[in-house]
Amino acid sequence: MEKHVKPGIKEIMESGTFLVSGEIGPPKGTDIDEMIEHIDLLKDKVHAMNITDNQSSVMRYPSLGTALIILEHGGEPNLQVTCRDRNRLAIEADLLFAYTRGVRSVLCLTGDSVPVGDHKEAKAVFDCESVQLLQLIRNMEEGKDSGGNELKGGVEFYKGAIVTPEAHPIEPQMLKFAKKIEAGAQWFQTQAVYDMDNFKRFMEKARKIDDKVKICAGLVLLTSMGAIKYMNANVPGVFVPDNLVQEMADAPKGEALNTGIRIMARQIRQCIDEKLCDGVHIMAIGKEGVVPQILDEAGVDISKM
Amino acid sequence: MIITTSKPFEEVLKQLEGEDKVFIIGCGLCSTTCETGGEEQVAEMKTKLEAEGKTVTGTIVYDEVCHELNTKRKFRENKEAVESADGFLVMTCGAGCQSVRESTEKGVHPANNTVFLGNILRQGNFTEKCSLCGDCVLEDFGAICPVTRCHKGILNGPCGGTDEGKCETDKEKDCGWTLIYNQLEKMGKLDRFQRIYGLKNWQASMKPGRVIFEKKGEGGE
Repeated sequence: MEKHVKPGIKEIMESGTFLVSGEIGPPKGTDIDEMIEHIDLLKDKVHAMNITDNQSSVMRYPSLGTALIILEHGGEPNLQVTCRDRNRLAIEADLLFAYTRGVRSVLCLTGDSVPVGDHKEAKAVFDCESVQLLQLIRNMEEGKDSGGNELKGGVEFYKGAIVTPEAHPIEPQMLKFAKKIEAGAQWFQTQAVYDMDNFKRFMEKARKIDDKVKICAGLVLLTSMGAIKYMNANVPGVFVPDNLVQEMADAPKGEALNTGIRIMARQIRQCIDEKLCDGVHIMAIGKEGVVPQILDEAGVDISKM
Repeated sequence: MIITTSKPFEEVLKQLEGEDKVFIIGCGLCSTTCETGGEEQVAEMKTKLEAEGKTVTGTIVYDEVCHELNTKRKFRENKEAVESADGFLVMTCGAGCQSVRESTEKGVHPANNTVFLGNILRQGNFTEKCSLCGDCVLEDFGAICPVTRCHKGILNGPCGGTDEGKCETDKEKDCGWTLIYNQLEKMGKLDRFQRIYGLKNWQASMKPGRVIFEKKGEGGE
């Protein structure tokens, strides 16, 4: 079994430390050099790295393989598992393998739909979905697969899930949030939040449902006006408010990325200073190289947390 | 009703390569309603095939082409035209087409694509509300099916892709889970939404499906 160099997400969260996680988007192909550069760059700057699983239904290098590479490089992986591409047998088998190689944290997602990705004619699986996946893992932890058969050697994962604070309507999402907790979710990452006032309102609702479950704000780096327009028009559950659009629009030529970095650093600081949540999850979407700069600007050094 | 759409005529023609004498079969039920295999479309197909140099030995439109004994009877009734044909163009659903297969050893060709079990909203406007999953959950969800009306078929609430009550795959399509939520709220039964639904038995209706009813009185005195 791979030796853990770092404390796992569970230990960090349970100790009350503010979690700072990053994200690794595997490449489309076997050239993994740049991904490894990002892993090496981030491994001491963040507590853990999410690995996306065929994100947006676009086929990529696998999340499980990337999780092993992160472990080899001394980082802590948070394995994303979606239900889109595998049935319950395949998911269970992958989880057994992941556990034996040292993966300890799993983020359970239903997955984007196939037609939004780059294999539009593929057969979608969705044998189970996020809530059932959480239950399935909990059953495995109790020594049983989903067919009710005994496992020879079980698993124990820190089980994460997703919630969407910007969803409209929000009520069904909050009910599902509660179901995920009941099904075994121990911590949450949110989909992208930009409007911190709305995030505060969401956190109040979430804390009313459960005041113990850990919640990390999902922050997505703003890189250009084009990206904002695209997200506001096309990405469900993501909304960039007018004041941030204006701030990006006011950026001098060539300064858009730096403005985005400044905005995210400010949001991270606000989450910490106002104790809004239990951590932040930074999604730099291809600009992983600037994450250390974001953390510097936010005054965040995980070795001192 | 079984919803069908017409295959492009070029594809139909290609299927009939080498078969110059064709017998056309339409259905008086579903494909008549879908306008893919009623009297009018069969007549139109005959004209188009003849314009391409084919000989149409006969045409027939009858109810329940999927009824295999009925189809065999229709073949006997139209013996001459059927026997002189090189092949059959079937303007029905896939079930009708395979019913014809049981009645002949000659070429059998589908003129339609079979799309789904549909509800008729109005003439020419069909939508899918049931996926024939074999384990009906409508009672739990206010008679709105999440297996069918949620693109991902999920049983425990909307995914994060839903937006303003629409699906992430198509802004014109309702999010099934928003419909279910609104319905259960109206009924004062949101507790059903809060219930966790475990893994579904996707083999409740195992392909190929088969149901045999016991005949009443059989085995009695």
